[in-house]
Amino acid sequence: MSAQAETLAANRMPTQNEESSESLLQIRGLKKRFSLSGDFLDQLRFKGGKLVRHQEHVHAINGVNLDIKRGEALCVVGESGCGKSTVARTVMGLIAPSEGEIRYDGQRIDNLSSRQLLPYRKRMQMIFQNPYASLNPRMTIQQTLEEPLRLHHPNWNRQQIIDKVEEVMRSVGIDPDWGKRFGHEFSGGQRQRIAIARALAVDPEFIVADEPISALDVSIQAQVLNLLMDAQRDRHLTYLFITHDLAVVEHFGTRVAVMYLGTVCEVATTATLFDKPRHPYTQALLSAIPRLEDDRPQHIRLSGEVPTPVNLPSGCVFHGRCPYANARCKQEIPALQTQDDGTRVACHAVEEGRL
Amino acid sequence: MALLEVSQLDVRFALRQGEVRALRGVNFTLERGERLGIVGESGAGKSVAAFSLLNLIAKPGFIAGGSIKFEGKALNTMSERGLRKVRGNRISMIFQDPMMTLNPVLSIGEQMVECLKAHRRISTKAARAIALDKLRQVQIPSPEKRLDQYPHELSGGMRQRIIIAIALLLDPDIIIADEPTTALDVTIQAEIMALLLELCEQHNVGLILITHDLGVVSQVTQRMLVMYAGRVIEEGPTREIINDPQHPYTQGLINALPQMATPGEKLNQIRGSMPSLSNLPSGCAFHPRCDFINRTNGQPRPACTEQVPEFVTSGNCRVACHMVAELIEDRRLKEETS
Repeated sequence: MSAQAETLAANRMPTQNEESSESLLQIRGLKKRFSLSGDFLDQLRFKGGKLVRHQEHVHAINGVNLDIKRGEALCVVGESGCGKSTVARTVMGLIAPSEGEIRYDGQRIDNLSSRQLLPYRKRMQMIFQNPYASLNPRMTIQQTLEEPLRLHHPNWNRQQIIDKVEEVMRSVGIDPDWGKRFGHEFSGGQRQRIAIARALAVDPEFIVADEPISALDVSIQAQVLNLLMDAQRDRHLTYLFITHDLAVVEHFGTRVAVMYLGTVCEVATTATLFDKPRHPYTQALLSAIPRLEDDRPQHIRLSGEVPTPVNLPSGCVFHGRCPYANARCKQEIPALQTQDDGTRVACHAVEEGRL
Repeated sequence: MALLEVSQLDVRFALRQGEVRALRGVNFTLERGERLGIVGESGAGKSVAAFSLLNLIAKPGFIAGGSIKFEGKALNTMSERGLRKVRGNRISMIFQDPMMTLNPVLSIGEQMVECLKAHRRISTKAARAIALDKLRQVQIPSPEKRLDQYPHELSGGMRQRIIIAIALLLDPDIIIADEPTTALDVTIQAEIMALLLELCEQHNVGLILITHDLGVVSQVTQRMLVMYAGRVIEEGPTREIINDPQHPYTQGLINALPQMATPGEKLNQIRGSMPSLSNLPSGCAFHPRCDFINRTNGQPRPACTEQVPEFVTSGNCRVACHMVAELIEDRRLKEETS
């Protein structure tokens, strides 16, 4: 086991106060439902001669608890539809949670108005997946990078803004002369650099990155990942990094949270997770990564498909595909429980020592 | 004679701004039952190579030169009528997005029967029986039910299984799979690749797998081509290329993978990005991004900037690189003098 995991094991089980003092962001009991049934009139149905209201929801996140510690890169992994992007967007206040709390630096931010949220928006920024969609096509790069500065520093003069834009462009490795050009003139990797520059322009302390390198080519992915790591070192950033690529997580993450169907099934330091995955889903996920080596162990085949988040399975959401599921798994929802080495796992089989 | 033989393939796109050369002198062969990977980044020409095999290049693209021989017959000069007998029958294709390939208004069964009837004189009942058998082979749960379902009722992984079943319908000799698992999740990807591999081995079907994922290629294929800016730059047995890449671009591509670096340390990146095909650098197309040209007194090698590199043989691999050629030449001279 790595030294990192050992130190974590040594001072495990922090009290509630300790935990809150070191974590920058706390997510508690977060739930998000999206309605599928349209507005009120669309929901009305005739059933047995009576008018009834019929509602259906996508249960995107179902009770997520996460802590992000200052200076770490917390990676959230999972397959499509597991709710990882919804977590990112709820944290940023782009969508309102249905239930639960989000605390930033001890202060609740999920119920603030957009005006009250403004000072937090300066401290937390977001990088999106598709750099082709996240840059305004009608703005030059200079305008794109000036916009957040004008909003968050209304008293800065023109020269201050220009200087800051030039500084941030240099820091992400783009030529300040590009400022006059438009987004469409650049390649995907260059656009993602611009998107990163825009996020860094207001000197945030916390960055939510939603699949920032998924749309890029392999050789460009390495460039952008290096840039994000440099920025973390130089600016002491904290990351919430959403991805489906486990190889990136292994390289980049301090800790990893694995999500399945709207719930967190395992949280561990990166080294521990890749060394000793506990949750059966994490084990299957890790075994599925295509590796370059010859002698890979046979991947664990999961039966069936991810259930729809409209009708969630009872009990553990993974029980239908889990080789270790028993009667208890079908009824009782497992809670995240801290293991000896600080890993938190939500699985009855692990808890009972069956796995 | 190889089952499929591609030589000096040249594909161009006649655009208003001028002609763009998407493929420049691509050569490769495929033996019966062999699995070949074509690797490269977007814009390298790997999909164009796959489409041109069945003469599926749409206007303004056209095959400007070279030949594609399948069992000795040239596919690039064959009539549409003749091609139709090959397409889907002897050589079938699997595309990236299963939703785009399946017809949304026909049930799975209808699509499969239609495909069989297009190539064989066969009753609907017999065709359905074959379809059902293929669905069983791709391990779809309750295959009888699937025949009457429509594509939108199925998940992404299930749709890709159906596509594989359709590709196998007429017992083809070659399957061309263009990024078959890119749109899928990792666990589903692993299952689909395992299935494809198993079926190809079982039925002795040749596979041309086009992907940007080196991990997938290393697990499925026996031989691979690395493409860059419309040319093949390295070719050889997959294991040898993955373990000991010769071309600086292949080296860079493999070293850039996060799994090749120590966690938390910088990744080895290739500078710059792939050049646009309409504005290719002179000489070796990779030279502006290549780290090796500057090693001799910081001066670029004149050969790299002026001459397009020819293929040299290094062990079981073929590499198009001036530096590798020089290294081989040096080694040969040393052996001769000693």
